[in-house]
Amino acid sequence: MATKWDAVTYGLMAEFNEPEELIVATRKAREQGYRWFESYSPFPVHGLSEAMGFRHTKLPLIVLTAGLLGGLGGFGLQYYLTVIEYPLNVGGRPLFSWPSFIPITFELTVLSAAFGAVLGMLGLNGLPRPHHPVFNIPEFASASRDKFFLCLQSRDEKFQMQSSREFLESLQPAAIYEVPQ
Amino acid sequence: MSGVSRRTLETIWNFGASRRTLRPSHVERQSQRPPSYDMSSHSPDSSSHDAQHQPANRMIGPGHSLGSVTDKITSLTLRQGVGWKWLLGFTISFALVMLLMLSVAMLFKYGVGIWGINIPVGWGFAIVNFVWWVGIGHAGTLISAVLLLLRQQWRTSINRFAEAMTLFAVACAGMYPLLHMGRPQFFYWIFPYPNTMDIYPQFRSPLVWDAFALTAYGTVSALFWYVGLIPDMATLRDRAKTRFSQITYGFLSMGWRGSARHWKRYETAYLLLAGLATPLVVSVHTIVSFDFAVGIIPGWHATVFPPYFVAGAIYSGFAMVLTLCIPLRAAYGLKDFITDRHLDNMAKVMLASGLVVAYGYGMEMFMAYYSGHDVEAYMLENRLGGPYAFFFWSLLGCNIAIPQLLWFPAVRRNTLMLFVIAIIINIGMWLERFIIVVTSLHRDFLPSSWDMYYPTFWDWALYIGTIGFFFACLFVFVRLLPAISIFEMRELLETEEGGNGHGH
Repeated sequence: MATKWDAVTYGLMAEFNEPEELIVATRKAREQGYRWFESYSPFPVHGLSEAMGFRHTKLPLIVLTAGLLGGLGGFGLQYYLTVIEYPLNVGGRPLFSWPSFIPITFELTVLSAAFGAVLGMLGLNGLPRPHHPVFNIPEFASASRDKFFLCLQSRDEKFQMQSSREFLESLQPAAIYEVPQ
Repeated sequence: MSGVSRRTLETIWNFGASRRTLRPSHVERQSQRPPSYDMSSHSPDSSSHDAQHQPANRMIGPGHSLGSVTDKITSLTLRQGVGWKWLLGFTISFALVMLLMLSVAMLFKYGVGIWGINIPVGWGFAIVNFVWWVGIGHAGTLISAVLLLLRQQWRTSINRFAEAMTLFAVACAGMYPLLHMGRPQFFYWIFPYPNTMDIYPQFRSPLVWDAFALTAYGTVSALFWYVGLIPDMATLRDRAKTRFSQITYGFLSMGWRGSARHWKRYETAYLLLAGLATPLVVSVHTIVSFDFAVGIIPGWHATVFPPYFVAGAIYSGFAMVLTLCIPLRAAYGLKDFITDRHLDNMAKVMLASGLVVAYGYGMEMFMAYYSGHDVEAYMLENRLGGPYAFFFWSLLGCNIAIPQLLWFPAVRRNTLMLFVIAIIINIGMWLERFIIVVTSLHRDFLPSSWDMYYPTFWDWALYIGTIGFFFACLFVFVRLLPAISIFEMRELLETEEGGNGHGH
C-alpha cells in the first residue's frame, strides 16, 4: 500500500546521543511492526544490525565463490598453457608438475577473493551512491562524528506522519527531523 | 582453529591487553581486563586513575569523547596550509625523488652496466633493496590484518599508517625487479597473455611466482587500505569546509552514510580481507625467499629460509613503523592516540621476531658446518673472515646484539633509545640482505669465477632515491588522508569507556 507521503517525504528521522539508545529504539521500531527503516551510527555498533533483524549477509558466499573461481582459474590457466597450449620439455620433467603451480594458484585465489569481498560489499550496500535523501538533513553530518540516527521510511505500510512521529517521540530522542525526498 | 590453540595463541599475543570479544561491550568491560599492565604505573595519565572510569591499560589518553577524537584526527587533514616541518621534510624527500628520476633515466640510457653488478654477482643492490622494501611492507599487513584477527586493540591507532607504509614500501620494492631487467620495456612478458610469439612464462620458476605474489600483495593491500578509509572519507566529507574537499572526499567516500546494514557487511568484508591478507603476507615473503632457496648457490639453498625471511620481514617492518611513528606522534601531538604502550608493544614484537631471526642465522651457520659440504663450509668461513666480514659482524651487532637491550623495560619506555634501536635494526636488516645476496654470489663453486662486488654511485643514488620516494609519499599521505583510522578509534573509545565518557 503506497502512502500519500511517498512523493514528498522520504521519512522521519530521530537523533540520539548514545549507541545504547539507538539499539533500544531500533528494537522497538521492529517490535512496532516497522520494516522499512534504517539505523545510522558513526562506528559499527554491536547488536544494532541484530536489533534490526538483519543477521546474515551473502557476502561470505560471494567471497568463497570468487576465491574458488580465482583458484580454479589460476590452476587451469597454468595447466592449459604448460600442458596443452605450449608443452615444453625442460630436462625431462613432467609437463603437469602440479606442485609448482600451487604458489600462483594460491595468490590468484586470495586476489580474487579480496576483489569479491570489496566489490561484493560495495555492491550489496548499493555503493557508490553519491546522493541519498538522508543527506538532506544538515544535522545528519554528525552521523559520521558522534550522533546516532533512526530513520523510518515513508514507503513503510505502517508509516503515518502523525503516529510515526508520536512513536519516535516516545523514544525520547534528542531531535526529530522530517526528511524530504 | 581449535579452541585450545586459539586460546594459546591469544595468550602469547596478548601482551597483557584485554581481549576483544563479540559480546556487547558493556559485558566484557570489567571482567576481561587484567589487573595491571606494567606500563601503567609509569605513564603520567594513570597516576590518579580510579578503577571504574580510567582503566589502567587504556589505549587512548584521558578526556576524549567521540567528537574530540574525530575532530582531532580530521583537523590534521582539513586545516589550511602546511607547517614548516612538513614543508621541509617534503622538500628534502621530493629532492630525493628527483635523484630517483635521474638514476632511472641514466639506467634507461646506459643500461645496468652503470651499476656495480658483474658475473658472478648479478643481483647486487637491486635485489638487496627489493627484499629490504618488501620486508618493511610486511609489518603494515601484520598490524592491520594479523593483529585484527588476534583481537589486539592496540593496533587501532597505528594500522592506517602502517598500511600506507606497506603500500609505499611495496611500490619501492616493485621498482627494483623492473629496473633490474635489461629491457624493462618488456616487463609484461612475465605475465601470461595471448601473444603472437606463442610462448608463456615458466610457471615452475620462483621468479614468476614472485611476480604474481607481489602483484597480488600490492593489490590486496591497496584494497584493504581503501576499504578501511571509506567511513573516514565520509567523516572528512561531512566536516570539510571548502567545496573542493567536500566533493573530493565525498567522491572517495562513495556516499557512505553509516547505515547498520552497511556496517554489518562492511565488518564482514573487513574481517574476511584480514583473513585473506594474513596467509597472503606469509606466502609473499616465503616466495621471496624461494627466489634464493630454490637456487643451488651455497648460502641460499637452505630450508630455513622461508620462516627466517618471514620473521625478518616482521622484524624490519616493525622497526620501520617505530622509526616513522615516533617522529609522527611528536610532530602532530598524537601521544594520546599512539601511546607509550603502543611503542612498548611494538618493541616486544621486534624483540621476539629478532630472536627468530637470530635462530635463523644460527641454523644457517650450523647447517653450513654440519652439511660437511666444502663449498657450504667455505661460504661460512668467507662470511666470518672474508672481504665482507666487516658487514657480517656489523649485521650480527645490529640485528642480534643491540636489540637485546629491548629486554629492559626502561629501554622500551625511552622513546629516543627506541628510535635509535629501530634505525639500527633497519640498517642491520639491510646488511642481512646484502650479506645473503653478495657474499653468497661473489665466491661460489669455482675460485676461477670469483669476483668482488662494489656498489657504484648510481646504485646508491637509486637506493636513496627510493627512500626519498617512500618518504615523499608518506608526507603527502599524512597531509591529505587521516593517518589514524577515525571510526576504529571511536569504536575503541566506546569499548574502553562503555559509553560513559563520550561527548554530549
